Amino acid sequence: MGEDVAPFPSRKTSIRRRLMMDKKINAILIHSNDNVITATESLQTGSVARYQSDQEIAEITVIEDIPKFHKIALADIQESDPVYKYGQLIGEAMKTIRKGSHVHDHNIASPKRKP
Amino acid sequence: MEFHGYKRPDGKIGIRNHVLILPTVACANETCRIIAENLPEAVSMVNQNGCGEVEGNRRITQTVLSGLAANPNVFGTLMIGLGCELNQAEEMSRIIRSKTNKPLEVLLIQEEGGTLNTLNKGIRIGQDFVRQASSCQRELFDISHLTIGMECGGSDSTSGLVANPVIGRVSDLLVDRGGTAMFSETTEIIGAEHLLAQRAASPEVGKEIFEIVERRESHLRSVGEDVRSGQPSPGNRAGGLSTIEEKSLGCIHKGGTRPIMEVVAYANDPKTKGLVIMDTPGYDVVSVTAKVAGGCQLIIFTTGRGNPIGNPIAPVVKVTANRDTFHKMRDNIDLDFSEVLEGRRSIEEVGNEVLEEVIRIANGKKTKAEIYGFGFTETVMSRICDYV
Repeated sequence: MGEDVAPFPSRKTSIRRRLMMDKKINAILIHSNDNVITATESLQTGSVARYQSDQEIAEITVIEDIPKFHKIALADIQESDPVYKYGQLIGEAMKTIRKGSHVHDHNIASPKRKP
Repeated sequence: MEFHGYKRPDGKIGIRNHVLILPTVACANETCRIIAENLPEAVSMVNQNGCGEVEGNRRITQTVLSGLAANPNVFGTLMIGLGCELNQAEEMSRIIRSKTNKPLEVLLIQEEGGTLNTLNKGIRIGQDFVRQASSCQRELFDISHLTIGMECGGSDSTSGLVANPVIGRVSDLLVDRGGTAMFSETTEIIGAEHLLAQRAASPEVGKEIFEIVERRESHLRSVGEDVRSGQPSPGNRAGGLSTIEEKSLGCIHKGGTRPIMEVVAYANDPKTKGLVIMDTPGYDVVSVTAKVAGGCQLIIFTTGRGNPIGNPIAPVVKVTANRDTFHKMRDNIDLDFSEVLEGRRSIEEVGNEVLEEVIRIANGKKTKAEIYGFGFTETVMSRICDYV
């Protein structure tokens, strides 16, 4: 929290939170239905992305370099399969995207509009 | 969940107890400012309109001014007109009366015979209003009486990733408890209107979502602006946004995930509870002004790069997930969500706490914008064309 400003009163540090602090979180899952997470720091190939999911810390190994604030596939996504962020459809895979790889405009595009 | 608010004679519940000194036209602005400065709890605003307007603009002006007077945070209104303006005080009074039966008095500068006479009479009337207002007591009301506006401005990557999802959580919690959450900024919906339409509570509402986007796009096209093509911009792409849907969802996720019950016209009152969308431009102050005129008692404003704005009538709670911005602009920004970005707190957890903070602010805790007196004049109305 801020030095002289405490927007929210600090609470007792739980075991869960201490565990989280030991292993740095570096990605965010916005909605439980999402199949991508967003890296909050740049990640090198082979490093581990950690994010909170259902009060637990989940991990996934990234298989290519991920720039800060870019997306990582949480599972294999087949060609033309939906990509979900915010629990909503943000695009469709243009090719097969492997779990742990970089998800961006080279492999997803706007979903086709229904008339 | 409950809060302590002020019950108004029209049945609405306020969380502030302001006396509004309302100018019908720009010519009355300074007179209103001086009256308000001489009365505690009185507020005024800069009205850039009220004369030399085409019919469409006059309607917007009248809807906004009457909406501000009817906002439940207002105890009563002293309206000051010049006398010869297009937006006649008599007609304004009728419109305000159609929205609320709260105390209303009118003075015309030309009729009173100049500024000093108007100030003399205006401050006396205002003093009486303040005395009456100060005898109102707060009572306990259910959270379902709250209408909260969600706004974002000066965004950066942290806005779409953390701040807007946290506020989206607050929106869901409020809606689930019977309250009303209002988001807006139609130009920022562009590209995700089909996703929003899928969440519409009825096919009619879904159709209206497409219509407001099409109307604003074609309006802007008529003056040579193309707001859709080239999105997401190269800068957005470098920041990790892959599709226009993703970009727009980052903005509109502050409206949470619940069904969209209604599309509300600019500065109008929603007729339903639950999640509603108001048709406004993306320009923050224009959007916040409309939402307050539409009855929002409180605004939550997410920012990445920082923003000082407030509003004369409704508290504006400013929040960011950008730690540097929070520290650089700590006199402007109320809440820091950077712990979510750092993975030490979850979106749900912080969203729940923001709702508790909203209750404290509803109960009277002041926002930073209120303490510094910012927001006293930050009121801008939408326009459809130049003045006559």
